[in-house]
Amino acid sequence: MASPVLSVSALRKRFGDKVAVDGVSFEVYPNEIVGLLGPNGAGKTTIINMILGVLEPSAGAIGIEGRDVATQRAQALACTNFAAVYAPLPGNLTVYQNLRFFALIYNVEDSAARIEALLGQFELKAFRDVKCGLLSSGEQTRAALAKAMLNHPHLLLLDEPTASLDPSKAREIRAQIRELARRHRVGVLWTSHNMIEVQEVCDRVLFLSRGAILLEGDPRTLPREHGKSSLEDLFVSVAREPLTIEAG
Amino acid sequence: MRWHPVLAIVLRQFYLMRGSPARLFPLVIWVAVDILLWGFITKYLATVAEPGFNFVSTLLGAVLLWDFFGRVMLGVTTAFFEDVWSRNFLNIFATPLRVSEYVAGLVLTSILSSSLALVVMIALATAVFGLSVFAYGVMLVPFLLVLFLSGIALGIFGAAVVLRLGPAAEWLIWPIPALLSPFVGVFYPLSTLPAWMHVIAYALAPSYVFEGMRAIIAGVTFPATRLLWSTCLSALYILLAAAFFARVYRHAVRTGLLARYSAETVS
Repeated sequence: MASPVLSVSALRKRFGDKVAVDGVSFEVYPNEIVGLLGPNGAGKTTIINMILGVLEPSAGAIGIEGRDVATQRAQALACTNFAAVYAPLPGNLTVYQNLRFFALIYNVEDSAARIEALLGQFELKAFRDVKCGLLSSGEQTRAALAKAMLNHPHLLLLDEPTASLDPSKAREIRAQIRELARRHRVGVLWTSHNMIEVQEVCDRVLFLSRGAILLEGDPRTLPREHGKSSLEDLFVSVAREPLTIEAG
Repeated sequence: MRWHPVLAIVLRQFYLMRGSPARLFPLVIWVAVDILLWGFITKYLATVAEPGFNFVSTLLGAVLLWDFFGRVMLGVTTAFFEDVWSRNFLNIFATPLRVSEYVAGLVLTSILSSSLALVVMIALATAVFGLSVFAYGVMLVPFLLVLFLSGIALGIFGAAVVLRLGPAAEWLIWPIPALLSPFVGVFYPLSTLPAWMHVIAYALAPSYVFEGMRAIIAGVTFPATRLLWSTCLSALYILLAAAFFARVYRHAVRTGLLARYSAETVS
C-alpha cells in the first residue's frame, strides 16, 4: 500500500476545560477521498485547522507526506491546499488578483498559464476581473476551489465545498474533484452535511462525535452494518445517540 | 527567507492601491495637506517673529520628518489591517508563508509607500515654501534611517497588538504617533519638558533626530555618538517588536484566535 499523504496520530485539542478533539487518529491515502462527518461542534473544523497549521494541537502529531506539520510547517503546507465556506477569498481583490497573489505565495511555476487553466476549469473566465466580493456565493466557492487547486496539492482539505452551489454545479464540482483525486493521486479530506453527496464522492468516512472518531468505513455499506437504512439515518443516530452506536 | 511570498504581500498592496484611489489619499493628499498647513503657519510666524530664526527648516522640516515617521508606521499597520478587514488570516496563514516572510512583506510595502509620501512632501515643501533638505547636510541620512527603523518597529508592534486584542484595537493604533509627539519634542527642545518626561523622551529614538535637526539649523555641533545611540535604540525596538509579534502569533495559533479571528473582540 502507498504511504499516506496525511497521517493524523492521537490528535487532541483542549480549550480550557473543554476537549474539542480527543485522541483522533486516521490516515488519508493518495487517490482516496475521505469524508469527515459529524454534527455541528463534533470537531471537524478544529481538526482541519490543526492540519492546516493555524491551530496548535494540545497533543498528537500530524504528518503530510511524511513531514511533521509542527516542525516542517512550510514544507508540509507547500503540497496542501484547502477551500472552506467560512474562508472566502478577499472580496476587495479580483478573481485574477487573488489567484496571482496565492500563486506567488505557493511559488507556482508558470503561474499565468496555471491561472488561465483554472479560470477555464471552474468557469470563471467571465469573472476574471470582477472583485470577489461582488460574486454570488456559488461563484465565490468556485473561486476558492480554483485557489485550492493552484499548487497541484497532494492533500486537499475541503470543508463543505459544495454548500453554496446549485445541484448542477455541485455535481460538476464533485466530478472534477473525483477526477482530480484519481488522475493526480490526490488525497482529499472532505466534510459535508449532505449525505447523498458523501455516498457519491467518498471512498471512506469517519464519523466524529464529541471530538472522537465513533465509526469508520465505506459510506455505502456502513449504514447497513449498523442497522440503518441510509447514511443520513446513521448520521442522525450518531448526532443524537452516540453511545448507542458505540455500543452497537 | 524566500522572496516570492514577501513579494506576494507587496503585490497584494499594489493591487489594492491601484483598485482603490482612496488608499493613496493618506500617502499623497493627507501629507500634502499637512505640509501646506504647516508651510503657511511657518510663513506667518516668519512675519511676526524676530528675524534670524529659520522657521522653514525648523518647523516645516520637523513636520516633514514626523509625517515620514508616521507614514512608515502606518505603512506596516495598514498593510496588516487589509488582512483584518478582509478576514483573510485563515487563507493566508494556511499556506507555506512563514511569519517572518509575512512581516518582511509588510515592511517592504511600507518602504515603498512611505518613500512615495516622502517624495511628495519634499517636492511640495521645496517648491512652495523653499525648504531645502540639504540644510541638514549628510545628517539627513541617519535622521531618515532612525525614523524609518523606529516607524517599522512601532508598526510591527501595532500589528501585534491588533492581532492579540482583536479588530477593534485598531483604534488604539492610529493615534500612536500623536501620543508620542509631545515626548519626542518634534517642535521644541527636550529641555522644555519636565524632568519626568525627559526619561521617556530619551528612551525614544526619534527624540535624538529632532534634537539633532535643531542643533544643525542653529549651527551647533550634534555629537554623532548620540545618533549612533538612537540608531542602535531603534534597531533594538525592531528586534523587540518582531519578537513580540512572533509571541502573539504563537499565542494566536495555540489558543485558536488565528482560526476564528473574525470575532469583533477577544473573549
